[in-house]
Amino acid sequence: MFKLLRFMKGYKKESILGPFFKMLEVVFELMVPLIVANIVDIGIKGNNNTAYIFKMSLLLVLFGLIGLTSTLAAQYFAAKAAVGFASKVRFALFEHIGRLSYTELDSVGTSTLITRMTSDINQVQQGINLTLRLFLRSPFIVFGALIMAFTVDAKAALWFVIVIPVLSIVVFGIMLVSIPLYKKVQGGLDRVVGLTRSGLSGARVVRAFCTENRETQEFEDRNNNLAETQKFVGRISALMNPLTYVIINLAVIALIYTGAIRVEAGVITQGAVIALYNYMSQILVELIKLANLIINITKSVASGNRIQSVFEIESSQTESGNAVVLADAGAIEFKNVSMKYKGAAENSLQNISFSVKKGETVGIIGGTGSGKSTLVNMIPRFYDSSEGELHIGGVNVKDWDTEALREKIAVVPQKAVLFKGTIRENLLWGSENATDDDIYFALETAQALDVVMKKEDKLDHLIEQSGRNLSGGQRQRLTIARALVKKPQILILDDSSSALDYATDSALRKAIAESTEGMTVFIVSQRASSVMNADKIIVLDDGEAVGIGTHEELLATCDIYNEIYHSQFKKGVEK
Amino acid sequence: MSKSSKKGVFSKIMRYIGRYKYLLALSVLFAAVSAVLTLLVPVFIGDAIDLIVSKGKVDFAGIGAILLKISVIISVTAILQWLMNIFNNRITFNVVRDIRNEAFRKTQVLPLSYIDTHPYGETVSRIIADVDQFADGLLMGLTQLFTGVITILGTLVFMLLIDVRITLVVVLLTPISMLVAKFITTRTYSMFKKQSEIRGEQTAFIEEMIDNQKVVKAFSHEDENLEKFGKINDQLEKCTLKATFFSSLTNPGTRFVNSLVYAGVALVGALLAANGAITVGALTCFLSYANQYAKPFNEISGVITEFNNALVCANRVFELIEQQPETLDDAGATELENVCGKVDLESVYFSYTPDQKLIENLNLNVKPGMRVAIVGPTGCGKTTLINLLMRFYDVTGGEISVDGKPILSLTRKSLRKNYGMVLQETWLSEGTIRDNIAFGKPDATDEEIILAAKAAHAHSFIKRLEKGYDTVLGEGGGNLSQGQKQLLCIARVMLCLPPMLILDEATSSIDTRTEQRIQKAFSTMMEGRTSFIVAHRLSTIMEADIILVMKDGNIIEQGSHDELIEKNGFYAKMYESQFI
Repeated sequence: MFKLLRFMKGYKKESILGPFFKMLEVVFELMVPLIVANIVDIGIKGNNNTAYIFKMSLLLVLFGLIGLTSTLAAQYFAAKAAVGFASKVRFALFEHIGRLSYTELDSVGTSTLITRMTSDINQVQQGINLTLRLFLRSPFIVFGALIMAFTVDAKAALWFVIVIPVLSIVVFGIMLVSIPLYKKVQGGLDRVVGLTRSGLSGARVVRAFCTENRETQEFEDRNNNLAETQKFVGRISALMNPLTYVIINLAVIALIYTGAIRVEAGVITQGAVIALYNYMSQILVELIKLANLIINITKSVASGNRIQSVFEIESSQTESGNAVVLADAGAIEFKNVSMKYKGAAENSLQNISFSVKKGETVGIIGGTGSGKSTLVNMIPRFYDSSEGELHIGGVNVKDWDTEALREKIAVVPQKAVLFKGTIRENLLWGSENATDDDIYFALETAQALDVVMKKEDKLDHLIEQSGRNLSGGQRQRLTIARALVKKPQILILDDSSSALDYATDSALRKAIAESTEGMTVFIVSQRASSVMNADKIIVLDDGEAVGIGTHEELLATCDIYNEIYHSQFKKGVEK
Repeated sequence: MSKSSKKGVFSKIMRYIGRYKYLLALSVLFAAVSAVLTLLVPVFIGDAIDLIVSKGKVDFAGIGAILLKISVIISVTAILQWLMNIFNNRITFNVVRDIRNEAFRKTQVLPLSYIDTHPYGETVSRIIADVDQFADGLLMGLTQLFTGVITILGTLVFMLLIDVRITLVVVLLTPISMLVAKFITTRTYSMFKKQSEIRGEQTAFIEEMIDNQKVVKAFSHEDENLEKFGKINDQLEKCTLKATFFSSLTNPGTRFVNSLVYAGVALVGALLAANGAITVGALTCFLSYANQYAKPFNEISGVITEFNNALVCANRVFELIEQQPETLDDAGATELENVCGKVDLESVYFSYTPDQKLIENLNLNVKPGMRVAIVGPTGCGKTTLINLLMRFYDVTGGEISVDGKPILSLTRKSLRKNYGMVLQETWLSEGTIRDNIAFGKPDATDEEIILAAKAAHAHSFIKRLEKGYDTVLGEGGGNLSQGQKQLLCIARVMLCLPPMLILDEATSSIDTRTEQRIQKAFSTMMEGRTSFIVAHRLSTIMEADIILVMKDGNIIEQGSHDELIEKNGFYAKMYESQFI
């Protein structure tokens, strides 16, 4: 957390002025009981001091006004520092996440990163704002009241010395006990959410098996459990108000009795007793505020630490000092490449060697988890090899300027993702300078022309977040078009026609073959029909290349290829 | 919300709260008593202070008696407060529980059309977040509203009893505090709205981009994103600063008004006391009232906002609870038993929305034991046909019958029990693998379960799991691969093995070897059963007795593979296209 405070740098002035003004407010607030005591002792009991009473009342108003002004200043500085800080952190974090490589994204997980960017930063912002505003106020009032009490009468003030720790123990104790219980409540709530969601997504299965009653029973059990836990926590926090009320009022009783003795002894005046009583009343509210503040700060510090830990993740990929930029990237060579994911026990790719000439089409086939995606993901250097070398255009990828390399490669990922914005904006991701003609050409090749033509506003049609207003097949075709707009030297289709039916899939392959003259194309698929016309097919099994060759060659030599092919084309070949 | 609908929601809420009316009555009573007792304390303290005049003029006996009284009062108050808190908790959480249970029960009988057309997240948030928000409002209302009102009234009465003139000072000045609070809230509302709009925009952007960071990197789009993000971020900073600062003015503002009231009371009170019109103790009492008088007002206005919010949320849950359930089975509906598996569709019409026709005049006669393959491009109505057979949706025209009995005359449960269904989406429930296989037959023995798993070719992978059949699956099936989940879904049907089957083949995410196993499992299952198969794989299609070729909701061709190839129509074209 403390390392995060580097982002406070520009707000030094604010973070000092904020608490300073807050302190000022407290000082004036603490003067009030003394003035009242004086009104009683001098104004009322002294002989007919109307003028004095007016003067003192005016002083009360004046103190109120000064208090108000200093608070306003304090709130402003606190808000400015907190909001500015959060904004800087957010920007820096977003930038930092952009620099992480696939390996880090895998190990941290995107949902974690999103939480850090949103709720964690908000929590820290709130924590800083409250700290600057309140952290000095509450302790100042509590201890200020204690000190003021001592100035009034040391003996009576001893009650403050007893009450403050007792109250603190009760307030903090109840909070400490109930916090873990609230976590339990949250856990119970999560389980209820889980069942609700699953009850909806599984509605068809539940009804097909007629198990509605059982589902309901399970939900009610968990829900009742949750309610019981909530009531249990409620019983504990229900103690807070009555207990503190009793303690503070017992203290008042003790204070008045002591006060009576001291007045009788002639040590203090009646007004002083009133002042002591007023100081006692101020403590409680502030102690509760302080306890809440401490919980809030603890949460913020935890959030801050989580944010800092993201900042501490370094990208595992380094660029060589004199990165190469080549014009021609079409030729690719894998030289004994092995690849192991971070934290994995075994290699995901084992000793892969093959070479591809510019303009060739390469098919990659194999089962789930056989390493197909891993292989193609190494080409744009999303992941680095753990052994062996990968050369593109004759140069080791690690010596390439990564951005220049990725400019020459277009990937159609397995997960077809589009972004909020118009269709045109999405397709321009490939190349900012593409014309509408380029776009339409790409759409046609990607078999996506009908998707756009059906929309009233064509390329200006708005796509919602993550493209959820399109079907899987439509999204997939648009992501292919997006890659084609880039006019890359290397095109990678990573199982990107899975949501298309056979007819569209085959039309797509034909169109790509026709319009990608000179482009090196990788097609990853589980369908033999998608790869059988490639210049070279690589058959992967458990990370190893068990066959490399053309369709005919592999049919003659590779058992696994035969197995895959025949499972999909039973008897059909003879026709 | 309009006034009348607010009333409606309120009376619905009262129906739920009504179950706990005795608790509620006690809670209200305790609130009233403890509020009054709380107000008594400053009066007695004032009396005690009056007995401490100066040296030699201290009435210890009187003070002792008063302090004893105060001790009793605070003890009683504390106990009443504690009980009231517990009662309020119990009422709130029980009401929440009751509403949630009822809402979930409703989800189990909602027509599929509702579930299909409403995002799950929305329904979940009605049952969870809205109910939570409602609970917060209810609890706050219960604890603060009534106490607040009693406190205000009580304070007024006590003050009037002591002195009318000072009371006037308090009563006239206090409303200013509320005006200040109100003024600030209304001014900041638009700032908060703007802040939450921009924050929402930014969160959406963050979610979208970070969730798909890999795509962003693939297109080297990081810099463009950062620039866009920076713009939103700057905007957010500006309006957050405004909203945070201006909203934080409420407390200092009201505090200042309070100090005015305080000074006013001190002035008038002191003048009166100097003339002997009131005692010093009465003045102390007044000062302590003046300090607290504005608090319940501010609390009540908070409660009212919160309560309005709670009503809106409650309304959203009630909307769900009041949804029309699936139509009930006919009064004379019979159980479907001893099925042979003859299925007939006669001039069936169906559409999801009246203005978009989907299935028109569909006729089909399936003999017992037949395998029916349904093929066609995406979105042609394959799934719709399944929806109609299972009565997830009802036909808008024509008739579907099983064994000659129209399905509308059968109970839904018995109809559905006679179909075994494996869908492309592999939904598994939370629980162990054993629970999942026994989903349709909870009393199955271990032998039966293992037999079913073996038949589904799932036994070997289950055995290899560390905890075997006792492996607990999380939400959505946990760590199993898509193919393994599919095998479990098949095992689930294997265990019951109803006379008719509906299979939606999953192909996209399953590797070839698992696929072959699934194929084998399917074949075992289909032996002698009427089966409807949404097919993508050629081998399945060619083995079917009849192939339905669907396009745009219509069956455009039907027949065996050879017949359809001979016909050289749409099917033949689809078939050829695989070999381009």
